[in-house]
Amino acid sequence: MIIEIGHYALILALATAIIVSLVPLIGARRVDQAMMDVGPIGSVVLFALVAFSFGVLTYAHVVSDFSVKNVWENSHSLMPLIYKYSGVWGNHEGSMMLWLLILALFSALVAIFGRNLPETLKANVLSVQAWISVAFLLFILLTSNPFTRLDPAPAEGKDLNPILQDIGLAIHPPLLYLGYVGFSVCFSFAVAALIEGRIDAAWARWVRPWALAAWTFLTLGIAMGSYWAYYELGWGGWWFWDPVENASFMPWLAGTALLHSALVMEKREALKIWTVLLAILTFSLSLMGTFLVRSGVLTSVHAFASDPSRGVFILCILLLFIGGALSLFAFRAPRLTAGGLFAPISREGALVVNNLILTVACGTVLTGTLYPLVLETITGDKISVGPPFFNMTFGLLMAPLLVIVPFGPLLAWKRGDLLGALQRLYVVAALAFVAAVLFFYLQHGGPVMSVLGLAAGLFLVLGAVADLWYRAGVGKQPLGIAWRRLKGLPRSAFGTALAHAGLGISVLGIVAVSTFQTEHVLQMKQGEVTDAGGYTLRFDGMREATGPNFTEDRGHFTIARGGVDVADVWSAKRIYTAGQMPTTEAGILTFGPSQLYVSLGDPTDDGGIVVRIWWKPYILCIWGGALVMAFGGFVSLSDRRLRVGAPRRKAKPLQPVMEPAE
Amino acid sequence: MTRKQKRLAVIGGGMSFIVAAVLLVMFAFSNSVAYFYMPADLASNPVPPGTRIRLGGLVGEGSVVRGAGSTVRFAVTDASGDLVHVRFTGILPDLFREGQGVVTEGTFESGSDVFTADTVLAKHDEKYMPKDVADRLKQQGLWKDEQAAK
Repeated sequence: MIIEIGHYALILALATAIIVSLVPLIGARRVDQAMMDVGPIGSVVLFALVAFSFGVLTYAHVVSDFSVKNVWENSHSLMPLIYKYSGVWGNHEGSMMLWLLILALFSALVAIFGRNLPETLKANVLSVQAWISVAFLLFILLTSNPFTRLDPAPAEGKDLNPILQDIGLAIHPPLLYLGYVGFSVCFSFAVAALIEGRIDAAWARWVRPWALAAWTFLTLGIAMGSYWAYYELGWGGWWFWDPVENASFMPWLAGTALLHSALVMEKREALKIWTVLLAILTFSLSLMGTFLVRSGVLTSVHAFASDPSRGVFILCILLLFIGGALSLFAFRAPRLTAGGLFAPISREGALVVNNLILTVACGTVLTGTLYPLVLETITGDKISVGPPFFNMTFGLLMAPLLVIVPFGPLLAWKRGDLLGALQRLYVVAALAFVAAVLFFYLQHGGPVMSVLGLAAGLFLVLGAVADLWYRAGVGKQPLGIAWRRLKGLPRSAFGTALAHAGLGISVLGIVAVSTFQTEHVLQMKQGEVTDAGGYTLRFDGMREATGPNFTEDRGHFTIARGGVDVADVWSAKRIYTAGQMPTTEAGILTFGPSQLYVSLGDPTDDGGIVVRIWWKPYILCIWGGALVMAFGGFVSLSDRRLRVGAPRRKAKPLQPVMEPAE
Repeated sequence: MTRKQKRLAVIGGGMSFIVAAVLLVMFAFSNSVAYFYMPADLASNPVPPGTRIRLGGLVGEGSVVRGAGSTVRFAVTDASGDLVHVRFTGILPDLFREGQGVVTEGTFESGSDVFTADTVLAKHDEKYMPKDVADRLKQQGLWKDEQAAK
């Protein structure tokens, strides 16, 4: 009975979404307050209904109600409780419900926090959000209903895919969706502005917090997904340029560009049309990512059972929203007036270069991802575009960005002084380079590109420090005053510095791992010893073990350094009883920022076992850098200026604070 | 510089970056794209040694030989009955089994008809059949419904 109520709530949500998608829009045209008021109320009601429906589905999973087809297919009564919760979105229907839930959440947040938005803009934004809700509600109800019943109810479920039985499933999808779907708010703001045919710096002020929040969550979501793939799949890799990874990475690139162009628009009223276009493109890429992952055109760990009707449906949603928004853009953009002028060498100029590089790099990723699909449709040839393509194009294109990032914040708005910025940074650049060369010699050997990569990474980190350093005027002012100036800097300045430093840390990790990692594949018998990364591994033998819903063969390794045992690790091959599906559970040991990664293969004929051992130096920097970036996002988000709903402070212009301290 | 010249310089700079990117993409495509083959294709149309390809098909029954070290030999076959021997050093994916679909990536070394694979694509779960292989098996009439339903 409760299941049917959940289903019914979803249908009511559709009705509500249809009302919200029309009434406030008409109200905004007629400037009818009562009609516009439907927007906020309707959005909150919509969220409540979707949340209730989602709660019902969760309940069905938690109590293992196998009369619900979705639960039967993706759950098992013996599964640990946490996976029963996270298993709700570990399948196609449930993950679409999560998508919808977060979409409704963002609409409700706009309704609640958007009190200081102009009434007509708010009404339009909420209507556009509701259009997206309608599309996805229809998709769920017509093609992916999670509430379908089975009669008679089976006694036991088919179990969740073992790879998904991990804490990663509880964290990665919600974070990723908060990012993906968060950009829907920027999209709705862009479309609403185009409908009104009016846009100004205030628009960018309202959009930026949403873009920043979405970007922050997307950063965390991608980093979490990468770490999960790294430790769960047992291949030792952390990024495969898999189309599904690219699907989440492209909105991130476009979203990063959006954050920066919205900054220019907010401060200088320039790049208006471009910012609106980016807002549309970013969410379009999110939608496309959803299409690629959910339609079954790709096979990957994310492609749950696919059904052609779903692919066609999502493709229609995709074409409707992207095509519609871009047509509206083409129709209305010429009406938007161009804004402030600036010299090529200025903060704006640097941000334009940032946007150029990010969007072009995003374009190459898009090309590499879609080209095999397009080629197969047209000629029938099956090809694969692998990591070498992406490393070459994306890597080379992004390299200049890494070098210019530290200059950006040091340039003045409107007309900057490159020489001045260069002077401020040459000490930093020299330091970074010396440190990189030192690092290089310490690790003996490696190609020149890696030295340059390490230098770029260190330059980013030190450049971020230098940015704060000069703003505070350390060296020029007495220490006390410099400290007070540092404390007086807006939080967004710290956010910028943290995000840029985080990027540097990630670059360091990526370059260090790809250059200095070592990999051994060998056969080991009990008692045998091997070396990796300066440590000695001793294989102590295998043992059988049983978990709640699996059995495993575990290999035990003792790790020693200089003859002294320092750690030990288990690495296992698991078989999940319900699906008889084997998985590899890698043994991972962390030493500072580096890791030793031990993965088991098959037993050999003469009683040994194949073991694959990686030494991954500084690998944790990759995700650590992403965490620092996301932390920068949160710090920036807590800036009073950006706080949604904070009273506007017109009296005190912020411009002087943002100027580099001279 | 006049404003017009400045603008031209900016637009020129942007365009040249985009052109460079396009050239780079085209160059990378010509170098790093691997075509997909099945044993039957190779019998009628062999690829020159050193060319990177993807080889897909079914793992031949009884063909898997694990040596003493970490090198594994197996055969990839398809409905035509053609067969390609594959050598792979490393750890096979969890779901690698005889009679199941597989996709390998690598090259033929010159003077050898053994395919040296550096990658054997992992299947993520029981339901998953490499899509390229599934499409071709359907064409060849070798597709069994229980494979799809599993």
